[in-house]
This record gives sequence, structure tokens and C-alpha cells, in this order.
Amino acid sequence: MLTSLRRSIRPEQIRELILVLLIVALVLFFGTQIEGYYSSRTFIRISTSIAILAVVAVGETLVFLTRNYDISVGSIVGLTAFFVGTQLNHYQGIPPIAALLMAVGLGAIMGAFNGVLVAYGRVPAIIVTLGTMAMYRAMLVEYPGIKIVQMHLLPGWAQEFSRVNIIQVGDFELRLIVGIALAVVIIFQLVLTYLPYGRRLYAIGSNPEAARIAGFPYQRIVFIAFVLSGTLAGLAGFMFMGRFGNLTVGAALGMEMQAIAAVVVGGTSTMGGVGSAFGTFLGAALIGLLDQSLLRWPIISEFWRDAILGLLILLAVASDRAIVDRLRTLWARSELQLRPSMATVRQEESVHGS
Amino acid sequence: MVHSTTSLPQRFLGWLKSWEGLLLGLLIVILIINSALVPAYLTISNQVNLFILFIEKSIVALMIAFIIINGEIDLSMASLMGLSAGTMARLFELGVPSGLAVLAALCVGLICGAFNGFWVAVVGLPSLVVTLAGLIAYRGLVWVLVEDRSISVLPAWLNDLGQKPLIGPFPFALILFFTFAIIGYIILQYSGFGRLVYVIGINRDVARYSGVNVRRVKMILFTASGFVASIAGLLYAARLGAMRSSTAEGFELDIITMVLLGGVSIFGGSGTLRGVFLSILIILNVRNGMGLAYMSANLQAGVIGLLLILSVLVPNLVSGLRARMARRYGMVRPLEVAESR
Repeated sequence: MLTSLRRSIRPEQIRELILVLLIVALVLFFGTQIEGYYSSRTFIRISTSIAILAVVAVGETLVFLTRNYDISVGSIVGLTAFFVGTQLNHYQGIPPIAALLMAVGLGAIMGAFNGVLVAYGRVPAIIVTLGTMAMYRAMLVEYPGIKIVQMHLLPGWAQEFSRVNIIQVGDFELRLIVGIALAVVIIFQLVLTYLPYGRRLYAIGSNPEAARIAGFPYQRIVFIAFVLSGTLAGLAGFMFMGRFGNLTVGAALGMEMQAIAAVVVGGTSTMGGVGSAFGTFLGAALIGLLDQSLLRWPIISEFWRDAILGLLILLAVASDRAIVDRLRTLWARSELQLRPSMATVRQEESVHGS
Repeated sequence: MVHSTTSLPQRFLGWLKSWEGLLLGLLIVILIINSALVPAYLTISNQVNLFILFIEKSIVALMIAFIIINGEIDLSMASLMGLSAGTMARLFELGVPSGLAVLAALCVGLICGAFNGFWVAVVGLPSLVVTLAGLIAYRGLVWVLVEDRSISVLPAWLNDLGQKPLIGPFPFALILFFTFAIIGYIILQYSGFGRLVYVIGINRDVARYSGVNVRRVKMILFTASGFVASIAGLLYAARLGAMRSSTAEGFELDIITMVLLGGVSIFGGSGTLRGVFLSILIILNVRNGMGLAYMSANLQAGVIGLLLILSVLVPNLVSGLRARMARRYGMVRPLEVAESR
């Protein structure tokens, strides 16, 4: 019984199951604490804030898988949102698709700048993105033109963008923003599981040296991971602009910390090589849920949010080390006893995850 | 690299050609530009005033140099500065005697530093992640303590300590900085502990197999880092005479730039406090020059960010170029290639 269970479930899946249970428990708990919690308004508020975070965090996951970090994503989200918003304020005639391309392109350029320095300049990612975090924010503040983007000056489609539904059943509404985020999560989950590029991300993160010796284009893979992270941050910037409309120069300040928290809580290893887009989505859901619910929970002040966020990251990383690693060894060992010939292959898989 | 057998002038020339010589040249250029902008720039009182503006960051940078040489990183110190200042201010506001409040703030620094150290040294988690979590969590605790208010009633003696000169024109913080710098220099260059810091930074596993107590060294470093950060936080609050939740937010950029520009390798194992000292002088003069040119705080941070990237990128490119040249012309000088940083 236990062995068959072990063969059909991987440790990462147990972790994801725990996350789902935790999210359900939190929803039930806050339902008893906050008046009118189970309403369509609450769902929309929480789901849209999860959506933006999830898109950023999926990009961050790609970078994490290669054993790198990107702490400039908050500034990228802010800068693209602000840049596109300002353009739309000035030129009402910009079609939606052009605005979207503008945001995504700008994000990609900023991601590429990070990627070149990390992959080809051999500067550690934390140094590069600590620097570019300040640089992109400086560009935002110094950007000539008006200092505030205003909702009522945006063209009609941009004002309506965050209110468009893709599914509506009675009171239940699924916003377009949430749909985009779900699409991003599914696409990247498929990319990570089935495309050669996705598998190479895991290979590089598991053992950069071995991947390089094996002839993987290490630099190109890392570079592309940063470009994709920037691109998704640009997309998130577009969604951010649509959702909030009124933007100041402090837009998306500190979002990189939430994104990293989502990635780590979602089960992606800080040592690279383990993680999934779906796990990250669950992480983002947990953090978005906590963030929005604590705001409305009268018992403790909203000022506890960041302290809890930091603690959550530490707990996730520590539990990863204490429990999941041990489970993985257990799994690998039971495989060894079952099928000695398959053991090495399976062990490899269970270490790399999927 | 310079060997001890060479004569003093030769050693000096060799030093000038090194990274630190480059920093000295850069510093002189910046000083010339700044004094051209402002007539009385190079007077003692102006330089002291300048230094005071960055003294807390400089004190922490000395400590972070130890940690980065050790092959780790600490991103939580700016939040910890805020947390210690917040603890002191909140306790004093609640009516706790000022001495006790300061002591409690220092204890908070020690405990948080040891907390970081526990996860890094004992559990073995990456310091980047632990201190990133610390960066968020400690800042979060400041918000819990101070909320969105501003506490401007601080102990009078602490304000005096932060704002008035203690000996001659030099205030307490400046004297403390130089004391730390000298003690730190001696520990790092001449003590057994200092050698261990380098050895672990070069190769942690080799150090452990050679019988070095890696855990103990890392634990001491992180605890000391928390303590130094809390001192710096108290000095910062004392100098400003007020405390808010965002006090010292974003300081990690300047501090890490000071250390890395000073020639400390981000990969661990090399760097000196002499270089860090030179780069502290560069950063504060650059910042001041930008201030004289009416650049906004955010733009200044952007320039520092660029400087941070360049301080790692340029040595990387130079060493890559040297290795390529050596390979092409057959001048294989492994020692020089390896130590070009």
C-alpha cells in the first residue's frame, strides 16, 4: 500500500496538496472572521490581486530554476505600468494591442539587460538586479512628463479592461485579468514539463557545472530565462495599469518581495532545479489571499502583513530543507529496494522534480 | 601580486596598479570635480559633515565586508537598522528609561543577527534567502511597532550623541567608525579569526575538511552583523532625531556597493578593508557631487546601482580579457590570472 502510494505520488505533489489544504483552511477561517467574506466582490478583489502577482511570480520561477534571482521585477512592473499609462494619457488613440505590445516589449528589454549582465557578463544575479532595481525605479521617477497617471484620462478600453469578464455565472465573475494569469500559468507549466527549453532550465539549476560540461548552451538558457521574466513582468505591468488606473511613482514598490515569497512558498528550490509554475500559482494564491484578507481582518492590524510574509518565506525554505528533502531521500531509497535497475533513473527524476 | 620581498617603492607602485590604486585615482578625480563645483569643498569641516551623512552606512559596510569575504551575504541589515531604532523609539515612547530602551534595541540586533546566523550556519540554508526573508520580516516588525506614525521624542543624550561633536569637530559616530575600521582591519589581516574568514570564503568545504569550525565563524559573523546594524540604526535615529517605519529603507544598495566597489569579491575569499574604506569615500563624494548637481534621490540611487553592477562587471571583463590574451600569446601566468581581482 505504502509503496504503491510512493510510486504514484511525488514529494512535490504532497507539498502542493498541503498548500491547497492551507488555502482552503484560510478561506474557511476568514469566512468566519470577516463579514460578507463569501461575496462576489471579495472574490474579484482577491482573484485580481492574485492574478497580477502570479504572472510576475511565474517569470520569477523560471529565473529561480536556473539558480538565479531577479529582484528587479517590482521596478519593471512599475515602470511598464507607468510608461504605458503615461502614453495612453497623452495619446488616446493607441489601440489596445499596441499598448500591450509596448508593455511586453519594454519588459523584455529590461529583462534582456539583466540577462546579458548575468549570463554573459558573469555578474551574480543578485548584484545585477539589486542595481537594476534602483536604475529602473530611477528611470520611472525621472521619466519626463506628468508624474501621475490618472484613470479618467485613460482611453475607454483601458478603463474597462479590468472589469471585463470572461465567465459569469450568477454572482460569480471571472475577470479577464484572472483568465490571462491562468493562461500564463498553464502555458508555462506545459513549457516546463514538455519543451526541451523547460527541461534544460531544470538541468542547469540542478547542476550548472554538469550542464555546462554536457554541452548545454548555459549562457543562452539563463539569458532567455531573464528575458522571459522581464516579459512577464511587463505583461503584469500592463495588467497593473488596467487594474489600478491611478498610478504614482511608487507603483508596484516591493512587488519583487511578494513574487519571491510566492515562488519559494510554492515549492521552488532556492538552489535551483526544483519547482513548477503550478506550485508558484498556489504560492501566489496563498500570499494574495493573506494579503487581501489581513487588510480586512479587524483582529490584527494590517501592519503585520510584511512580518508574516517574511516569516512565511523562511518557513517555506526551512520546511523544504527539513521535510521535503527527507521525503525525497525516502522516495529514492524505496525505489532502490523495488527496482534496482531503474533506481538510478528514478532517483534522478525525483531529485530534479518536474 | 606584490610579494613581501620587494622594496617599499616597488610595493607602492604595485599597489597603485591594483584595483585599490584605481579607486584612489577615481577618488581624486571626483574630489577635483566636486571642488571645482564648490569652492570650500575640501575643508575639514565640510568633509566631516559629508562623512556624517553616510556614517551609519559606512559602519555597516565594514561589517558586511567580513560577511561577503566569508562567501555569504546579508541583505537584512537595513531592515535591522530600522528595527533597532524602532524598538528603542517605541520603548522610550512607552516610558521605559532611555538606557534600558537602548540596551533592548541592541539585544534585538543581537538576537536577529543570531537568528540569521542559525539558519545559515546551523541549518545550512543559503544566506541570500534567509536574509531576504529577514529584510521583509524585520521591516514588517518595524511597521508593527511604529505603524505609520513618526516618533520624534527620543532620549536627549542620544540626540546629543548623534548630533553634537564629541572630540574637536568629530562626533561620536565618526570616532566609532574609525575605531571599528582599525579593529576590523587588524582582525581581518592579522588575526587567526581573520584568516579563517578568508579561508572559508575561498572554499567552505575545504575549510571544513581541514578542521575549521565553519559554523562557529559564520555564527559569530552574522551575530556581529546584527549587533553592528543595531548600533548603526540607533546612531541614524539619533542623528535624524526622529524615527519612522521607513527609516533606513533601501540602505542595502549603498552598503553592498561600498563593499563590492572596494574590491571585495562577491564570490568570497578576497578583498580588504582598505579598499572598502576608499570606496566608502568614493560613494559619499559621488553622492554629494550628485546632490550638488541637484539630482533627485531616486536618480542618485540609479547611479549607485550602475556603479554596483560596474564594480563587479569590470573586474570580470578584465580577468576574462587577460585570460584570453594569455592563452593567445602563450603567456600562461596562472597566478596573475587567478588573482587579477
